[in-house]
Amino acid sequence: ADSVENAVNNVSNDGVETNQHAETGGAGGPGRNEVELNGQPPTPRPPQVVNDSEEDEDEELTLKYGAKHVIMLFIPVTLCMVVVVATIKSVSFYTQKDGQQLIYTPFREDTETVGQRALNSMLNAIIMISVIVVMTLVLVVLYKYRCYKVIQGWLFFSNLLLLFFFSFIYLGEVFKTYNVALDYFTLALIIWNFGVVGMICIHWKGPLRLQQAYLIMISALMALVFIKYLPEWTAWLILAAISVYDLLAVLCPKGPLRILVETAQERNEPIFPALIYSSTMVWLFNMADTTDSRNNSSHPVPQQESQVGMAPTAQPEDDGGFTPSWVDQQQHQLGPIQSTEESRQEIQQMPSTRPPPADDDEERGVKLGLGDFIFYSMLVGKASATASGDWNTTLACFVAILIGLCLTLLLLAIFKKALPALPISITFGLVFYFATDNLVRPFMDQLAVHQFYI
Amino acid sequence: MTVAVFFGCAFIAFGPAFALFVFTIAKDPLRVLILITGAFFWLLSLLLSSLVWFIAVKASNADDWTLRRSLLIFGVFFSVLLQELFRFGYYRLLRKANEGLAAISEDESSAISVRQMAYVAGLGFGIMSGAFSMINILSDSLGPGTVGIFGDSQYYFITSALMTLALTLLHTFWGVVFFDGCEKSRWWVIALVVCLHLLVAGLSLLNPFYDGSLPPVYIITLLMGVWAFFSSGGSLHNLTALCTRRKAERETS
Repeated sequence: ADSVENAVNNVSNDGVETNQHAETGGAGGPGRNEVELNGQPPTPRPPQVVNDSEEDEDEELTLKYGAKHVIMLFIPVTLCMVVVVATIKSVSFYTQKDGQQLIYTPFREDTETVGQRALNSMLNAIIMISVIVVMTLVLVVLYKYRCYKVIQGWLFFSNLLLLFFFSFIYLGEVFKTYNVALDYFTLALIIWNFGVVGMICIHWKGPLRLQQAYLIMISALMALVFIKYLPEWTAWLILAAISVYDLLAVLCPKGPLRILVETAQERNEPIFPALIYSSTMVWLFNMADTTDSRNNSSHPVPQQESQVGMAPTAQPEDDGGFTPSWVDQQQHQLGPIQSTEESRQEIQQMPSTRPPPADDDEERGVKLGLGDFIFYSMLVGKASATASGDWNTTLACFVAILIGLCLTLLLLAIFKKALPALPISITFGLVFYFATDNLVRPFMDQLAVHQFYI
Repeated sequence: MTVAVFFGCAFIAFGPAFALFVFTIAKDPLRVLILITGAFFWLLSLLLSSLVWFIAVKASNADDWTLRRSLLIFGVFFSVLLQELFRFGYYRLLRKANEGLAAISEDESSAISVRQMAYVAGLGFGIMSGAFSMINILSDSLGPGTVGIFGDSQYYFITSALMTLALTLLHTFWGVVFFDGCEKSRWWVIALVVCLHLLVAGLSLLNPFYDGSLPPVYIITLLMGVWAFFSSGGSLHNLTALCTRRKAERETS
């Protein structure tokens, strides 16, 4: 179970930057391909004239849609945090320390001296981070050598565990808190339906809102597990260390996550769609576009992202029955049936009766990895569980994380390359947690005692 | 100390702010962003002022009550000054962002005007200030207990809620007036806003003598509301036009 959780984290961490990249690709791509999307013939334009205005249009488009995208991410992040904070405040199970710890954090923190405790927590954090690094490397190797079935089986199993086992425990604890009696038959029915619908929505197809809701729920469940089973100092150290790791893994040239992103780019494939929160489903009812005929290769558009239906399938190699032998046979009998660049451009030149897609900006969705949800919610959940300043600290961490996310998206709009989503938000969150708990809380308490208002 | 007190005080303190948010801000993503960034700036100012207060308390190492109280009063006034400084800083940031947005948009005008930003920024400050003052008190009011059992005032919760409401509205009005003063380079407006903020904080020092603190604060709130209305372009003519237009619409419909 624990290895699977870490796998989930790794993959979702990968999902982060790839999603960031996918988002920028998606944001920049349709901006340039928009002409084709509308069914209008692409007017041949001289490249050098087009570049400036195109880039300005791109900048304007990414900024004009920037605020909307930020809000499209604020809402699910807020919902996840609200679920975690509400659970922490009401269900005492997740704040009780019954002495059990994950196998990745073997050192205990209930030692005599402060120095011993610091040492133990650092060792715990080092072990946990090395486990995550190893898992990420395994994942990158598996991806590079195209062992897709292994990866998908891994993801399937981890989601199975989350949707059935952890939600069963969660439901049991909620019932215990509110003293609700329920028989096993009804419980089995509820858990079975919840789990199966979740698996279908996440790994296959389902209504968008339902899929988003399930992704939020499993992120919240993971965050709650971490809050319960990680000891105090270890948890804070892991948060700090994982944001540093995220930064290094995405931005360093030899970082594993960067290699993953580049490999996926080369193969033009989406990465692990089951572990990415997506705010809209982009589906185009016209043909696949190749990358720009202009050689602007700074960010090739991942087309598969824009071709998915209701929910992205996790089967990049599914050829739907059109096996190569069948295609060859058809080509012998009927002539070429695959569209080529020239045939597509010919079709595009023809006037189209297809109405342009109604909401261009709606189609340009944002994606955020589930690992980010998990760690943001873990930070806010820990703030509400352990801070003596109670709601002030929680509120401060919440605002800090949202501002960090906003800044990350702003940097994304400016730099247009894969960026990690954890470092800025977690840094702000940690700074505000410790500052609010130690500095602001005594000040506000004193003010409240005397009823002074600032 | 019941659920009724909790809901009553929550609605008194946050009702108008919540209504303003739902009706004027929630639909526009840019305004939501400006609101949350405004809340963040207020939080930063609070952080710095708490740091200064904390250092002062630790440095003085005071045990007697009067010294601690005077340090707290110093903390209050310093925090007010820092809040206004951060409001000015936020104004500069918003102006720069607005210019950037206008420069790259199609028709050389930005999506949001300075007056709207002033209102939203003021509301952001107000909501965060209100939340930090009130939420811990609200969560305590849900639990068991007796108010004022040691001889303090019985009206703690409701006066806190009323004071929070006044401060939230005041921050909104101050935001509008402050930004307007900065736009037109009227430094006396800015000085007046700072003085009024100091005055309101000073009036709150009279608590628990609520007669001396609450009515004057509400009078100031009302006057600030009128000033903000006129400084953001409203006039008696607009008001009468609104009423007569409504009457005309009702007559024609």
